[in-house]
Amino acid sequence: MTAFLLKRLLIGLATLLVASMVVFGVMEVLPGDPALLMLGMNASPDALESLRQQMGLNDPVVIRYVHWIGGLAIGDFGRSYTYSSPVIELIGERAAVSLPLAIMSLVLSTVIAIPVGLYSASRRGRLSDTLAMGTAQVGVAIPNFWFALLLIYVFAVWLRLVPAGGFPGWGAGIWPGIKSLILPAVALALPQAAILARVTRSALLEVLGEDYIRTARAKGMPRSAVLWRHALRNAMIPVLTILGLQFAFLLAGTIIIENVFYLPGLGRLIFQAITQRDLIVVEGVVMLLVATVVVVNLLVDLAYALVDPRLRVRT
Amino acid sequence: MSLLEIEKLKLDIGGTPILKGIDLAIEKGQVMGLVGESGSGKSMTALAIMRLMPHAARASGRLTFDGIDILASTEEAMCRLRGDDIGMVFQEPMTALNPVKTIGEQVAEGIRWHTGANRADAEARARQILDRVGLPEAKFPLSRYPHELSGGQRQRVVIAIACALKPKLLIADEPTTALDVVLQKQILELLKDLVDEQKMGLLLISHDLAVVADMADRVTIMRHGEVMEDGETARTLSEQVHPYTRQLAQASMHVPDRPHTTAASSTAENLLEIRNVSRDYPGRRVSLFKKGEPFRAVNDVSFSLKPGQSVALVGRSGCGKSTLARMILALDHPTSGDIRFMGESLLGKDETALRPFRRNMQVVFQDPYGSFNPRHKVERLVSEPLHLLDETPTPAARREMVAAALHEVGLKPSDMEKYPHEFSGGQRQRISIARAIITRPKLIVADEPVSALDVSIRAQVLDLFADLNQRLGVAYLFITHDLTVARAITDEVMVMHDGIMVEEGGTADILDHPKSDAAKALVDAAPDLHRAIARRLQEQG
Amino acid sequence: MSTGPLATPVEESVLRLALMNRSFLFGLVITALIAAMALISFVWTPYDITNLIVANRMKPPSAEFLFGTDHFGRDILSMIMVGSRNSIAVAFVAVGIGMAIGIPLGCWAAARGGWVDETLMRFNDLVFAFPALLSAVMITAIFGPGAVNAIIAIGIFNIPVFARVARAGAMALWPREFILAARASGKGKTQITIEHILPNIVSMLLVQGTIQFALGILAEAGLSYLGLGAQPPMVSWGRMLFDAQTRMMVAPYLALFPGMAIVITVLGLNLLGDGLRDVLDPKLRRER
Repeated sequence: MTAFLLKRLLIGLATLLVASMVVFGVMEVLPGDPALLMLGMNASPDALESLRQQMGLNDPVVIRYVHWIGGLAIGDFGRSYTYSSPVIELIGERAAVSLPLAIMSLVLSTVIAIPVGLYSASRRGRLSDTLAMGTAQVGVAIPNFWFALLLIYVFAVWLRLVPAGGFPGWGAGIWPGIKSLILPAVALALPQAAILARVTRSALLEVLGEDYIRTARAKGMPRSAVLWRHALRNAMIPVLTILGLQFAFLLAGTIIIENVFYLPGLGRLIFQAITQRDLIVVEGVVMLLVATVVVVNLLVDLAYALVDPRLRVRT
Repeated sequence: MSLLEIEKLKLDIGGTPILKGIDLAIEKGQVMGLVGESGSGKSMTALAIMRLMPHAARASGRLTFDGIDILASTEEAMCRLRGDDIGMVFQEPMTALNPVKTIGEQVAEGIRWHTGANRADAEARARQILDRVGLPEAKFPLSRYPHELSGGQRQRVVIAIACALKPKLLIADEPTTALDVVLQKQILELLKDLVDEQKMGLLLISHDLAVVADMADRVTIMRHGEVMEDGETARTLSEQVHPYTRQLAQASMHVPDRPHTTAASSTAENLLEIRNVSRDYPGRRVSLFKKGEPFRAVNDVSFSLKPGQSVALVGRSGCGKSTLARMILALDHPTSGDIRFMGESLLGKDETALRPFRRNMQVVFQDPYGSFNPRHKVERLVSEPLHLLDETPTPAARREMVAAALHEVGLKPSDMEKYPHEFSGGQRQRISIARAIITRPKLIVADEPVSALDVSIRAQVLDLFADLNQRLGVAYLFITHDLTVARAITDEVMVMHDGIMVEEGGTADILDHPKSDAAKALVDAAPDLHRAIARRLQEQG
Repeated sequence: MSTGPLATPVEESVLRLALMNRSFLFGLVITALIAAMALISFVWTPYDITNLIVANRMKPPSAEFLFGTDHFGRDILSMIMVGSRNSIAVAFVAVGIGMAIGIPLGCWAAARGGWVDETLMRFNDLVFAFPALLSAVMITAIFGPGAVNAIIAIGIFNIPVFARVARAGAMALWPREFILAARASGKGKTQITIEHILPNIVSMLLVQGTIQFALGILAEAGLSYLGLGAQPPMVSWGRMLFDAQTRMMVAPYLALFPGMAIVITVLGLNLLGDGLRDVLDPKLRRER
């Protein structure tokens, strides 16, 4: 097991390293001189040159890369040109919105999807299964940002239950904060829940066709007990895979959803930074998101090993 | 009243009749052998007794177990019966256990479910029964997972699950078909002992008359969903009153006619020569920085084959015989040693250089379903090796060659327009053979070519192999764990064990007087219909 | 023993099964309707959308304007019809890119094994480490917003998807006996891949193709919504939703209809993919 996880850990680190090169390389070829952006068009050439020197922009690419990656390693993400504050602070502020949002939607999607999938699988072919899966089929097809618009119209504009957008900040109290994240979380979670419910159901049905299910039935266990005790754990393997992928998807989904709801999160930060060519911010946030995906994948691998003893190789 | 009584049991799935009025009775403590070829409905009979048939199945007739009307019982009542009064053992041990649960959990589960025992008591009982089936606690603690056990060991766990609560009836559906003969013998002996000890009735389902003759007090012979004959084992199988019984018995003992045999001592040049061949596979990594010991699948094997000679390579599963076959076919490379075919080494040659050799060396596989691309017609399938010829034949010449090859194996030339799924298993194996002989090779390597076939079809395919050997003078290397195949059709036998060639010599010599332990074990374990009937008759006096 | 992804080649019976499969039929009908709508829009739309008539601006749905009009007075139904071209074209080309590069890569990795395979897998890990929408946002940010860049951004993400499906399918086939028989007949890896592997994984790839097509339409809508996809005056469903958002209070219908168009199109494609899978996947047809 340790060998398996160590291997995955190494692969994760290597992925991060290559990803950092890709991100850095991409930003490198982008047009736009950061020094020029900071000082504005009317800056004198001398001032420009001294700032470039100061920012290390005249160093060779490799040196700058090493400098940047070294900074990342110790938590120094550089300084934003547009916000003129350390990137790490910006990220910290914005993550306080995005992270709760992503976790809320992941939990919501899981809590809805797994029971629905289980229920559908146990009532395969009956009316309730058909209805649930028909709904899920439609749910998969709904773009989350459109769903968000509908939610805003119904719950904010029409019923006035929750704010239509914006974020009061956690300083205003826990409840107002959470209240303004409810609609975004639902908008993100429901289409994902539809996918997850379908995967759960089909994974369960696949497992229910296995020989060992027949063995369990031959022991005298009723269908429902077999579903809980034997099928569920085996079916978790594909479900975990999808959960891992969904987390990455949710992170990216925040870019769009935060724009719909005007939430000051990481997604909005990166979107604005891109349009303002604030490259150091873009680099930092992208690396953070990639690292999150890598870590989540590692956690999924760990969960695999816990679920499936075949991966726990005895040494 | 009998333990199990089946009268006029009919069953259909989606309107297709599977069972057409079966009668069967098993007394307490009796062993009933249920024999039939594929599609005879024997497995469905077993599932009907457990009421575990597929969803679409509809059953009618009378089926009583211990006075309980099974077909009329509620699902709750069936759950109480299953695993408590009726246990079942399945064919495929590799998939019959849940991979994510320990063997202890899986054995104790049924005990707890039925007796309401607490975990500790159930585990104690699980330990007992696992010990009884030959998995002692010291070597096989309850915390083992199925993937840590071999096929034979897993089948023992399945038997432990089925027998944990001392059922009145045990159903074993082809319990040893997926195992090699030595394991088969061990498992059958275990079943027999358990049945004697616990006074269980046993319904043993098998396609192998010899196995049933050895085990069963009575036999029932099924075909196409109907019972052909039933009666006391020794009498039924020795008198063979029913023509189908006779046909089955004769087919399972069939030996094809082979007037000329090529002796190893003949002076001809060697066709194939294996010199000190070894094959290592990298071992599983012990840790991230340390590779495991390499696993030596084939260890310093040497032998040779003359033109026209028919040789069997026998051994238990995992002995390295299939690896050796793949190396001979140049589909895999030896780690060391040399393989020479028609006087030249095959090693280090690329595909182009191998063409003349490939043309003279073809292959027939075990699974008549898996060895064809299902999307191609027979013409294309059989003509595939023709591209090894130096000159590509014209389409007309090609069709003629395919027609000739099909004729050679007893199929019609018009069959070339069909797809493989339109043929039965035996016919597909004929198509495999047609493909193998179309380039007129000097050697055919056949990997378990008849073990997936029903006995009557198997006899016909063996006849075909013998006939082609006689007429075309093609040499055979048969890879098999089944000694009756070796006896039927080969001149020489080589025995492999753990990657090592332990014994070789004339077929009759080795099969009648094995010297090595490995060969002795194989010969001793091979089911033999004659021997089994003789023993039964003797026991009865 | 697993039967793998092989289907029996009874084309007639596949067709019969397909026509009996509800998902497939619904999916086919919806997809055909959307495709027809896109085609018709080239020759006819209810109103000319290049003609901005201020007098008609922000009209709610009526007999005259079935789905209403936008802030420039353009007919929403006509815009949805024209917008479908953009969605279909972007998704289609993006799937094409993914298939054209991903399938050969996956087949190569499966046939060659060793470092080629390892490299491909690591490349997949790398691409999957960038959440799809994030990389799309980055790419369009670098090369500037526009339909072509949206295609590239979505297409790049499709490459590892198809590579992975092709590799998995091919890997399951390589140890099969009919492949061994072909190898024993001296056929090279390329020839075997073309003759035996591809025909047997084509159904899986087709199913994946419809799924990716649907995802492509969603992704294009998302990018256009963010202003990174098709640029005005080009019409796209995502852009229409963006324009609708600020006018939601007064004209919710502006957001309703383009969204419905997306949902119906994606639903149709997903149903088609599901139906295809049921029909082509022998595992579900396995008789017992």
